[in-house]
Amino acid sequence: MGLETIFGKSWATSKMEYVINWARKFSFFDYPFVTACCGMEFMSTFASTYDIARFGAEFPRFSPRQADVLFVVGTVNQKLAPVLRMTYEQMVEPKWVLSFGACATSGGFYDNYAVVDGIDKIIPVDVYIPGCPPRPKAVLDALIKLQEHVQREKLIK
Amino acid sequence: MKIMELAGIIKEKFEKSILSSSVFYDNETIVIRKEDVFDVIKFLKDEQSFDFLMDVTAVDYKGYPDRNDETRFEIVYNLFSYKNNKRLIIKTLVDEKDLTVNSITSLYHSADWHEREVYDMFGIKFINHPNLKRILMYDEFVGHPLRKDYPFKKRQPRINLRDVGKNEEEE
Repeated sequence: MGLETIFGKSWATSKMEYVINWARKFSFFDYPFVTACCGMEFMSTFASTYDIARFGAEFPRFSPRQADVLFVVGTVNQKLAPVLRMTYEQMVEPKWVLSFGACATSGGFYDNYAVVDGIDKIIPVDVYIPGCPPRPKAVLDALIKLQEHVQREKLIK
Repeated sequence: MKIMELAGIIKEKFEKSILSSSVFYDNETIVIRKEDVFDVIKFLKDEQSFDFLMDVTAVDYKGYPDRNDETRFEIVYNLFSYKNNKRLIIKTLVDEKDLTVNSITSLYHSADWHEREVYDMFGIKFINHPNLKRILMYDEFVGHPLRKDYPFKKRQPRINLRDVGKNEEEE
């Protein structure tokens, strides 16, 4: 194939893009934007039983400037919309967004004067997690989906 | 102390201020004239030991068959007495043309935020309130969302929302 044929099994060749995406997808730093009851499921996902550390995403940052995955967990209302957009804008590239639960995805059962029907009206979203609240397994599935998405990304756009 | 006794005591003290009184299961309710609400609640606090204001809220009765514009809004005060383990609901009627009530913040500090919420949701102004501004909605919000004539589908976004395609149900 590549240089392995000359140098034996102590070598591996790959594409730069593949290696960088591989490193990114197994070292997510999340920023939890928790506003509602979905936060409980979020906590159990991060705790030892389900153990999100198995996917390399165990370290929530306390500033969006140090994070690259934004978890929007719970209902976002019109009053909070500018805050969410500012939080997203403070994150540095590359950055991804997970919409956690029915409320963040579509407004859920709220159809009223106060609630934004889906955070995709405020910021772009990569993976939506349905459920009210979603089970931790669904969250981990979404994280794997996001990892697949990151692996497919092109470095040069 | 039975509720009818209490209504009698108030009636004795404040003539003409009681419009009606009723007991529905354990909900003992007295409807008071708007002008006398402050005095009656002060009396209940000072002399009948209703020392805890549990809630202040309001109801919009627009379009109800036995209501008109003069009795459109109803403000509800939930009082509780720790000493006698007794609850009491005080109601008062607010005219649509004169949306003012005396604030009871000087009696109960907890009334501060409750009255701000009533102002935010129904637009009823409380006289002598120290800081009467919106508490739940943002300052740019126009109108009062819990009124029956607030349009159900009306949205007032603070920022320009992204266009992600129209929902078919909305049309």
